[in-house]
Amino acid sequence: MSIKSITDSDLEVLESLAQRYPQRRSALLPMLHYVQSVQGMVSPAGIQACAKVLDLTPAEVAAVATFYTMFKRFPMGKHHIGVCTNTLCALLGGDELWKQLTETLGIGHDETTPDAMFTLERIECQAACTVAPVLTVNWEFMDSMTPEKVRDLIEKLKSGAPVKSTRGVEITSISDSEKLLAGINDGKYSQSPGADESMLAGLKVAKERNMTAPVSKAGK
Amino acid sequence: MALTPVLTAHWDDPQSFETENYKKHGGYEALKKSLKKTPDEVINIVKDSGLRGRGGAGFPTGMKWSFVPQNDGKPHYLVVNADESEPGACKDIPLMMANPHALVEGIAIGSYAIRANHAFIYIRGEVPHVIRRVMNAVEQAYANGLLGKNIQNSGFDLEVVVHAGAGAYICGEETALLDSLEGRRGQPRLKPPFPAVAGLYASPTVVNNAETLASVPAIILNGADWFKSMGTEKSPGFKLFAVSGHVNRPGIYEAALGTPMSELLDYAGGIRSGHKLKFWIPGGSSVPMLTPEHIDIPMTYEDLAAAGTMLGTGTPMMFDETTSVVKAVTRWLEFYKHESCGKCTPCREGTYWITGMLEKFEHGKGLENELSVINDVCSQIAGRSFCALGDAAATPFPGAMKYFADEFKQATRVPVDLTFPPQESTIFSKVGAK
Repeated sequence: MSIKSITDSDLEVLESLAQRYPQRRSALLPMLHYVQSVQGMVSPAGIQACAKVLDLTPAEVAAVATFYTMFKRFPMGKHHIGVCTNTLCALLGGDELWKQLTETLGIGHDETTPDAMFTLERIECQAACTVAPVLTVNWEFMDSMTPEKVRDLIEKLKSGAPVKSTRGVEITSISDSEKLLAGINDGKYSQSPGADESMLAGLKVAKERNMTAPVSKAGK
Repeated sequence: MALTPVLTAHWDDPQSFETENYKKHGGYEALKKSLKKTPDEVINIVKDSGLRGRGGAGFPTGMKWSFVPQNDGKPHYLVVNADESEPGACKDIPLMMANPHALVEGIAIGSYAIRANHAFIYIRGEVPHVIRRVMNAVEQAYANGLLGKNIQNSGFDLEVVVHAGAGAYICGEETALLDSLEGRRGQPRLKPPFPAVAGLYASPTVVNNAETLASVPAIILNGADWFKSMGTEKSPGFKLFAVSGHVNRPGIYEAALGTPMSELLDYAGGIRSGHKLKFWIPGGSSVPMLTPEHIDIPMTYEDLAAAGTMLGTGTPMMFDETTSVVKAVTRWLEFYKHESCGKCTPCREGTYWITGMLEKFEHGKGLENELSVINDVCSQIAGRSFCALGDAAATPFPGAMKYFADEFKQATRVPVDLTFPPQESTIFSKVGAK
């Protein structure tokens, strides 16, 4: 797979990210996310580009890039699939879904399918424990997954059929997600509902049982 | 006790995340009210309310704000810790998804109080759907004159930057978060100096959890006494409890602190049908587990401390009898091993060696004398590392041995998957399924 090079217009984007912060180096994580959105990985050339913009040595940038799990030193496929196998998700089905995905895709942790379609990763707790077990596709959440739902998901992604996260967001590519993480707003914020069933569970019980917070004497 | 929806009160509005909706329910009135007071008056209201940090440590928020030196000529910073990554914790992510404006308003009030003109929201990188929401809320607030220059003609300026992390649990530790926000490896700093004196860019900085700041507008609007009318003397106010695991209705339950776990479990529909509670964790994997005999315990900082555990993030994980304690603890240790930043030897090496030993138990090949070795390594990690990750890593095993030592002994002979068939724990299990 050929890795895209960092162009002059990419350098301009990196420069604009650096200018968002009181001290330019603070932009390094967003810049690495941007590099990853262009290259599907953080390559040595991407590290050079960040170093040049921030006036750091490549070693200083590499030290940072290698610390964070999300930055990959190998080319990812079009879609990044994460399976939470931390304790709660693992017990509630994550281990089984992991096994299913490794068998279906024929790859293991941090590996990519030969057609460059999928990269698979065992991931840690995603703060979605009330909807376990959870998967992510390009870091968009797929909540309360089952083997049937996983089979359906992979078939759709393979065929290029439209897929939405269970939280409403249209799934495109890891590259698009990384661009957002760099701080470049894609305007898709209203694709997700305000809240899902699990987030409203307490409010629903409160309404059924006529429970409210105390009324303030201070008044508004 | 009862459920007390404050933060969650309007999450069922279809556009709960839009400015207009937030304003319809009194949103941004607390900011306007605050800007008419002096910063010290705002700090005093939060101090009087007794609000304690919702990220896990429970430090009094008003007191933290008051530690920032005044008239020191240096820029001050407010940094929001929205790096929610603790296994079991899932309350900041839903909060920012459903109503990011409560957080934005809390940031504006907090920044005004500590005299900061620059705030950063550090959100873990793995949640683009939430990052979008917060980015948009910040943009809307700028457009409505609620952030930016001369907010509401008060003369107060505030710039807010939304910043994505890149997959490192350690960055939830406040000093590691600051290093990460400076574009470095997220490794903790030795304290003192505390961030209030030398934080971001070596300037006075307050780091607050997202839920903590989102709780501030309601306090300003309704008063400290109103806040204290909920909860207990030492644990006042409302709290988002995220109940997960083997329960019928996992989800967010907002209740007064001091609500017993048994009551929260009742709201969550009880343990899934046909099963019974085996053990539970009050607030993230970093706090010791409890058993069914503790189920009536009031969910406060002080009551849980008295029971030998902690409120932590206030996000109880419930596990039924199909769960292997050995497997649960091993998986948590694998997590700490993966997330240890490597700076301190006891944590870096200790998590490695403990995990290696525990994995043998998981496969029924543990050596009984290694139980005391693991315990010994845990005590060598705790208190001997820069930050709380080391202490946290040393927590699950001794906590589990206190109640389930026999299970570890059994795992010297029998693989845990034979004793506890994994299929039975899953939500799609056919055995005794709901």
